[in-house]
Amino acid sequence: MSATANLATYNFAYLDEQTKRMIRRAILKAIAVPGYQVPFASREMPMPYGWGTGGVQVTAAVIGPDDVLKVIDQGADDTTNAVSIRAFFQKVARVAVTTRTAEATIIQTRHRIPEAPLAAGQVLVYQVPIPEPLRFLEPRETETRKMHALEEYGLMHVKLYEDIARHGHIATTYAYPVKVEGRYVMDPSPTPKFDNPKMHMSPALQLFGAGREKRIYAVPPFTRVESLDFEDHPFEIQRFDAPCALCGSTGVYLDEVILDDRGGRMFVCSDTDHCESRRAAEPAAQTPAETLR
Amino acid sequence: MYVAVKGGEAAIANAHRLLADRRRGDRAVPAITLEQIVEQLSLSVDRVMAEGSLYDGELAALAIKQARGDVIEAIFILRAYRTTLPRFGYARPVDTGAMLVERRISATYKDLPGGQLLGPTFDYTHRLLDPALAETGEPAPPATRPAGDEAMPRVSGILAGEGLIEEDGALPQDHRTGDLTREPLDFPMQRDLRLQALARGDEGFLLALGYSTQRGYARSHPFAGEIRIGLVEVELDVPELGFAVTLGRIRVTECQMVNQFQGSAKAPPQFTRGYGLVFGQSERKAMAMALCDRALRARELGEDVTAPAQDEEFVVSHCDNVQATGFVEHLKLPHYVDFQAELDLVRRMRREVEEARAAGAADREAAE
Repeated sequence: MSATANLATYNFAYLDEQTKRMIRRAILKAIAVPGYQVPFASREMPMPYGWGTGGVQVTAAVIGPDDVLKVIDQGADDTTNAVSIRAFFQKVARVAVTTRTAEATIIQTRHRIPEAPLAAGQVLVYQVPIPEPLRFLEPRETETRKMHALEEYGLMHVKLYEDIARHGHIATTYAYPVKVEGRYVMDPSPTPKFDNPKMHMSPALQLFGAGREKRIYAVPPFTRVESLDFEDHPFEIQRFDAPCALCGSTGVYLDEVILDDRGGRMFVCSDTDHCESRRAAEPAAQTPAETLR
Repeated sequence: MYVAVKGGEAAIANAHRLLADRRRGDRAVPAITLEQIVEQLSLSVDRVMAEGSLYDGELAALAIKQARGDVIEAIFILRAYRTTLPRFGYARPVDTGAMLVERRISATYKDLPGGQLLGPTFDYTHRLLDPALAETGEPAPPATRPAGDEAMPRVSGILAGEGLIEEDGALPQDHRTGDLTREPLDFPMQRDLRLQALARGDEGFLLALGYSTQRGYARSHPFAGEIRIGLVEVELDVPELGFAVTLGRIRVTECQMVNQFQGSAKAPPQFTRGYGLVFGQSERKAMAMALCDRALRARELGEDVTAPAQDEEFVVSHCDNVQATGFVEHLKLPHYVDFQAELDLVRRMRREVEEARAAGAADREAAE
């Protein structure tokens, strides 16, 4: 066996130091130009493209032995892919991991921003499938790069306007486009638009990694992030009629859980850490699962 | 009753344990060895090495075994290993003219210096299931002939003698060959990077695109000028030594398509070329690659870009099966947060439609 004997040896956090340096340079550039998509030489990771390779590379490039890592998918720490990515970093970087938002120094996420406000010093790493907010309006990279360079975002406004003309409101519910620091239109990754306001003036550093598409972008702390809208049709987030059926939270994002085959369902917090912390703090607030309808 | 989605870790561990069991299969059947895969499934190994961009038969065989024979999964495993390897240098261009040829055919000349050599090909076999292979008998040893000294010049060289075919690629003297795996993609690409992308591109995807060019989507009148398979030497310049050192030999398949070209403002009428070069023995891939390469040169040659196979962004962005399989299969991951948002929107829009309809009906009743 030629190379198989040495297969088990990998660098700290998997990537070699040259690669980390390349990624850190891209991150620094991304921070310097908020919302701009920086091309980087994305590596093949030992998990599939589309499963968080961009986020994993960003995390691998910024993580140190003293970091405490939290990984969520759909807001939950125990979804299978979050478990898998957390286990990966435990294995290759031997870092401490947590499910508590407040304890984490790095939070890698797919599709959600935690409900608890983030603090200065925390890094939120987003997994991004399609970094280009204009992609579904213009499939060509050569064209979209030009549009960003010229700040030519008319197409996006026309799309939003057509939504209003057709439906009376903007029919985008997730990956809702934002403008960063008044310049670049950016894809917030497929988080529900509910989370968009949390990006605005956040004290935490927000990094976005798209592995397959080979792009990194960033929102530095205390940066303006505005969801695109019109004066007469201001941006709105989703509202839920009922509180979380487990912890009683209101004003949080809820998942619909189907209870039976007769239309029974309940709504529970998508952020499992938030839900568990609330229930631990106020056991009395816990309401029994009730079926709606 | 609501059951929290807990226990992801145990579920994953158990799934992998079951996978290992299924991979092994019936314990009464001897486990397949890497040597068996290398020796007897060599074209699978070749494909995994080619699209995995790593020339190591043993590791490719290991990946195939680990992937239970799923070739794209094996390619993925090999790629993820390859990406961690340090680069200690870039080899000199291999000289396929000096190839130790095992197979060489030309569809453009009946006979040519060096001759036509069929080699180990499926061509002209009748695709009848062979029950003898289910038995243990050994085949007869191959016929051999003494190695000749006759040179085997490339067909492109023969045509070039008359000036009828374009020269080798015309990149500027100071052009440094790109490395697709170490630099971010940027469009438009140079041909060197494009060929790298095609060389590791999915055989099936390139086959379909190449086929489309034959059926009129960017028709380019191809002839298989030459296909050759054999061993070439890989040489590395070692700066400390001042000369090139041979690292070893690799088996490659090279295909040169010869295409009619009407001429343009820039170039006289002549034959142009599409090029394919693939690790191992993989004629289908090399030919498809050559067809795609030629189609993708439309812009360079001043041809209209009308078909998918000519569209560089389309072809290069989608030819990598590791990327494609990852993104297609990521749809298996939970998307319920976004789906919740869509559910909410659809319910709201349905409510609005129903309200509008009810209001319309009420208006009509009032009018009557």
